[in-house]
Amino acid sequence: MPVKGWIEVHDLHCKGCALCVSACPQDVISLDMERLTPKGYHPAHLIADGCTGCAICAIVCPDAAITVYREAPVHPQKAPASA
Amino acid sequence: MAKELLKGNEAFAEAAIRAGCEGFFGYPITPSTEFLEHMARRMPQLGRAFVQAESEVAAINMVYGAACAGKRVMTSSSSPGISLMMEGISYIAGTEVPAVIVNVMRGGPGLGNIAPSQGDYYQMVKGGGHGDYFPIVLAPASVQEAIDFISLAFDLAEKYLNIVYVIADGNMGQMMEPAELPPMRELPKEPPAWAVTGAKGRKPNILSSIYINPPDEEVTNIRLVKRWLEIEKNEIRFSEYLMEDAEFAVIGFGTAGRVATTAIRAARQEGIKVGLFRPITLAPFPKEQVAEISRRVKRILVVEMNSGMMLEDVAAAVQGRVPVEFFGRMGGVTPFPDEILDEIRRVAANKRPVNWNARAEWIARLEQIVAEGK
Amino acid sequence: MMTTPVKPEIQVVYQRPDSFTDLTTHYCPGCTHGIAHRLVAEVIDEMGLREKSIGVAPVGCSVFAYKYFNMDFVEAAHGRAPAMATGIKRVLPKNTVFTYQGDGDLASIGMAEIIHAAARGENITVIFINNAIYGMTGGQMAPTTLPGMKTTSSPFGRDVELSGYPVRMCEILATMEGAGYIVRRSLHDAKHIRQAKKAIRLAFETQERGLGFAMVELLSSCPTNWEINPHEALDFIAERMVPVFPLGDYKVNEELKH
Repeated sequence: MPVKGWIEVHDLHCKGCALCVSACPQDVISLDMERLTPKGYHPAHLIADGCTGCAICAIVCPDAAITVYREAPVHPQKAPASA
Repeated sequence: MAKELLKGNEAFAEAAIRAGCEGFFGYPITPSTEFLEHMARRMPQLGRAFVQAESEVAAINMVYGAACAGKRVMTSSSSPGISLMMEGISYIAGTEVPAVIVNVMRGGPGLGNIAPSQGDYYQMVKGGGHGDYFPIVLAPASVQEAIDFISLAFDLAEKYLNIVYVIADGNMGQMMEPAELPPMRELPKEPPAWAVTGAKGRKPNILSSIYINPPDEEVTNIRLVKRWLEIEKNEIRFSEYLMEDAEFAVIGFGTAGRVATTAIRAARQEGIKVGLFRPITLAPFPKEQVAEISRRVKRILVVEMNSGMMLEDVAAAVQGRVPVEFFGRMGGVTPFPDEILDEIRRVAANKRPVNWNARAEWIARLEQIVAEGK
Repeated sequence: MMTTPVKPEIQVVYQRPDSFTDLTTHYCPGCTHGIAHRLVAEVIDEMGLREKSIGVAPVGCSVFAYKYFNMDFVEAAHGRAPAMATGIKRVLPKNTVFTYQGDGDLASIGMAEIIHAAARGENITVIFINNAIYGMTGGQMAPTTLPGMKTTSSPFGRDVELSGYPVRMCEILATMEGAGYIVRRSLHDAKHIRQAKKAIRLAFETQERGLGFAMVELLSSCPTNWEINPHEALDFIAERMVPVFPLGDYKVNEELKH
């Protein structure tokens, strides 16, 4: 199963520059044209499943506006070899 | 401590060290260089900061940085170097951090020469850098006074978070005379609360001269003006000689005041009741004292080694109550006591009423003196 | 032992560094100044330097840098940040002192200060933003403006006959014996941003290890004054700036290589 990730975009910091939109390898971010931030920008948001939490959007974000989360892959705990 | 025979610039530098100077940043320039040379030897011995900067521009900005770090710091230079420092000086004033600057003045304008002058009066007293700020200016007349005023300068700079100039001239910087150095002061253990030292266990300290919003800048300007009014109230300093019964007053600062002392002694021998008023703080200027003098003397003679700069401050304080006359030498020429004695005689005999153009009359006399090769 | 089902754990992969304040920057949308700021803040956080750091802000677009870093800061005159940093570092040698300067500040009016800070081997870290233009004053020619590049003060394109050639600071400063770490990186994509962060970390390590002057030059964008969109601006860095300002290590003290 692919790793599940998601992002939160901080409305106060996002300026809608869209650098995250073009950088996203999964193509799952776009600007939200329905909404304006308090400063008057269309903020970035997730538009589809497929975010892997790779954080490339946050790395290219000039405003440290993106927090990236990821569900840690669940590895079944292995029994000790001697058991 | 006993009196020793000390060379001006070296004594000033040692006085700064003993006053607790922890950082010196400078650039060589005659006639101030021995100050930097002394610091170059002594500061590293004491584990204190010394940098010979790439220019006076850099030197004053190093002073600015180190002042923001909350240390007693200073620089020393001479007229053209001080001009280069004006940018940093304005920033220091706008940031409200303390700094001491020694100006060993020389002849100008421009490259001028390396001889003693007082031609930087306007630049020192009226600000020199851009914007609304008020530096304190101390004018010593001897090596001993310079030593004492450098300690005082640090104390005033820190008390008022203000720039303090100590202005000497090439005479004082280069001469040797007996003087006594103060004992070594202990360095403060803790930095001042406003200093940038790393935001450990407190909110960050930001030191800046930028107030992008004009009303904020105006609040700062108001604070600076109120501080200056406080300085005017508390810190006026001057020296008087034979002024009690004086009918004529000579007003001069620094070397010019000192040379006038000799002339006044000679004039007294001739029965002329003349005394000396020597401002020590050129800024704040002892306006009230000069006004008071103008109420009890017949005439005032201002003596300077410039084109009549303090003359205007004296005239403003006198407000036309008595005639104010002027004698000055310029361009690095120091007046002789005899010249000033001639002027005292002339002023004492002059019965003409208030003269509004002392400078024009003086320049005609000076041209004559120069033509006669004196 | 049996395997037990575990609830998926939520990890924070990326968040705003602690060394940042909550203020939104005044930079234009898409300006890479913000990326450079963030990288510096991240490195300071990761190295645990925040409580002993003193930053020196320049004059230029990043004049308000002190508002965004949660640490002690001073604001220098135009070009004088290295001199101010020298003054601070000399009286507080145990603190971490860094400047953050643009190309007009560092490579034009502050040329003497930066060269001599490097020559003296001042133990300071310099973050140098090269976007080939004066941003704050509205897009005038910088010492780093590319030949032929149009700005408001080279309206027909920078004519090298009239106004000379771009200044390459890393190449100049690498000749200074006092320099411990001089590198050029770029902020035009995630890969290069990661490399830039590594370089910034080494530049701070240079200072912490007392290895002399350190500077990281970062090729940056100015979408507003270049008059292109933020994404195109990143392409401009890669296609137009990198050939003039080659990325690479210009001087790295041997001790940093271990």
